[in-house]
Amino acid sequence: MLRLDHVSKSFGLGAFGSRSFLAVDDVSLRVAPGEVVSLIGESGSGKSTIGKMILRLLPVSSGSITFQGEDVSTHTGKALKAYYRRVQGVFQDPFSSYNPIFTVDHALDLVRREYLGDLSGQEWRRRLTSVLETVSINAGEVLGKYPHQLSGGQLQRLLIARALMLDLRFLVADEIISMLDASTRIDVLNLLGDLKTRGLGILFITHDLSLGNYISDRTVILRHGAVVEMGATGLVFGNPCHPYTRALLSAVPQLHARWGAAPEQQAPPVPGGSAPGRQAPGTPGATTTAVPPAGLVATVERSRTAPGRRAALVEIEDDHFVAPTGNG
Amino acid sequence: MSVQVKDLKVYYRTLRGDVRALDGASFTIADGEIMGLAGESGCGKSTLGRSLIAIDGRMRYVGGSVSLDGAALPLDDQAAMARHRFTAVSLVPQYAMSAMNPTRKIGKLVTDLLRSRGIAPDTVLGEFRRRLELVGLSTDVLARYPIELSGGMKQRVVMVISTLLDPSLLVADEITSALDVSTQKAVAEAVVEFRDRGFVASTIVITHDLSILVQMADSIMIMYAGKPVERASTDAVVSSSRHPYTRLLLSSLPEVGVRYEEHRLSGIAGRPPSLLNPPPGCRFRDRCPLAFAKCAEEPPFVEVAPGHSAACWKA
Repeated sequence: MLRLDHVSKSFGLGAFGSRSFLAVDDVSLRVAPGEVVSLIGESGSGKSTIGKMILRLLPVSSGSITFQGEDVSTHTGKALKAYYRRVQGVFQDPFSSYNPIFTVDHALDLVRREYLGDLSGQEWRRRLTSVLETVSINAGEVLGKYPHQLSGGQLQRLLIARALMLDLRFLVADEIISMLDASTRIDVLNLLGDLKTRGLGILFITHDLSLGNYISDRTVILRHGAVVEMGATGLVFGNPCHPYTRALLSAVPQLHARWGAAPEQQAPPVPGGSAPGRQAPGTPGATTTAVPPAGLVATVERSRTAPGRRAALVEIEDDHFVAPTGNG
Repeated sequence: MSVQVKDLKVYYRTLRGDVRALDGASFTIADGEIMGLAGESGCGKSTLGRSLIAIDGRMRYVGGSVSLDGAALPLDDQAAMARHRFTAVSLVPQYAMSAMNPTRKIGKLVTDLLRSRGIAPDTVLGEFRRRLELVGLSTDVLARYPIELSGGMKQRVVMVISTLLDPSLLVADEITSALDVSTQKAVAEAVVEFRDRGFVASTIVITHDLSILVQMADSIMIMYAGKPVERASTDAVVSSSRHPYTRLLLSSLPEVGVRYEEHRLSGIAGRPPSLLNPPPGCRFRDRCPLAFAKCAEEPPFVEVAPGHSAACWKA
């Protein structure tokens, strides 16, 4: 449904844009209807930039984004509006997504005015009630309230409800539960799961690997703007092959295992090797060099200036792609 | 017993009355112990941490006592507290990014700070450099501006500065929340390292992320709506918690390996009560699946097993 083909984004830096910074580097991915794809990366990995390009909040530097067969970047006027009917985004901070001087109804009315002006008041209310039910919100509890009177979880669900008022086919969920409390965040996550079963495509952007693992069908791991590993979630998390993915996974705090006590990771097959397949347990991964995550290295000064075609990802098993090591 | 807190109450003043953000907390932290403090937003965990350092104008000290190494901390007298800050009690604030003056190089920042405390910088700067290297930073950072460092590096620099005078109590407020998983690990390991080397005696780590506490804390205290509900060793909290809130909280955490299709987790319905006029009785009553008639009466925070306290009639 949504395809990104060799998408790159560079930002100009310095006086008159004399230097450029490559935020997204030749990323290709696709999202099918009824599928949650999580985009996982550390700060500065370009994950939010990808979300913004899909939502047309930022122009694409090179490459193309196609949605249901149409190139998104050329949409203007009516076509763009029709695009926004089908594609919407929800962002991290629920409190700054609302105007604090209006009640939350105002945020809903904006959508009505812009997209659903021809709906009668009765029809609008009927639709609103059914959508609020979908996101498990009691209409009486939220309507007419100011944003500060509601919890973060309610506000986020209301934003999702607002998107659902349209003919939503695709949702960009950018860190939507990072700011929510543990007791409510899982409900919002489950809501995404419900929407998925209704045929929505969802791009779930997060830095939290356990959340991505919980909800998504496919996972894309980004590093420095480029894809290092992607594929079915079970394969990426169950058999991580890129050293960066493994380093990330070993740093995730777990409830029932301490960092030091984690069992020795099995040596992965070397991407690009002629005979992919799991090595015998205990064999040290002799040819792979450990790549520490960006945060552990004080001075990562990678030249991120010129968008060049990167070496293609290697498919090591069905629906599991890994960037060749030394490229990351 | 290095830190002893007895029935500490700190309220926030508002026009509509007092918000009982911290409504009676009692606990002790041993020397060399890292205590994790966890709970939802608004449960009073940051209020507790902050009141051990400084009670500002919005907060009102209502009652209770804190003693550090046997001597009482003058919580109600902020001028007297000033002598204890940085030397005996110290804080690593929530946003290290904004804790540093952006117009000063870090070396200058540290010497200014030490001079303001009447300490000759030369006497401790050697130790400062040594500790920077210990947390994996080069001493070059002294010649840099805060903007030149990443979030994790800033967080570690602030931690080294805060613990420079070997305080008896360190309060680390949400120090890992704004960081990526890998930097999170480095910062968490630095906290444990500082304890192991005896730079700080007792540490309180405040966070909403239970899984990071499991990695670093010796014991965990869970708070709900201004009161502690459970306190036990880390293993006991994770594997044999007694309070229903703790259990629900733990069961709502997705872990790597738990998938939506196979095992659907659920959150806790409802919201914590307003602390402006909190209802009598157990404050978790409305959201609790085990609630019964007796919960209208407030459950005491008592020891239910050796070293394991909980505030629940059914614990």
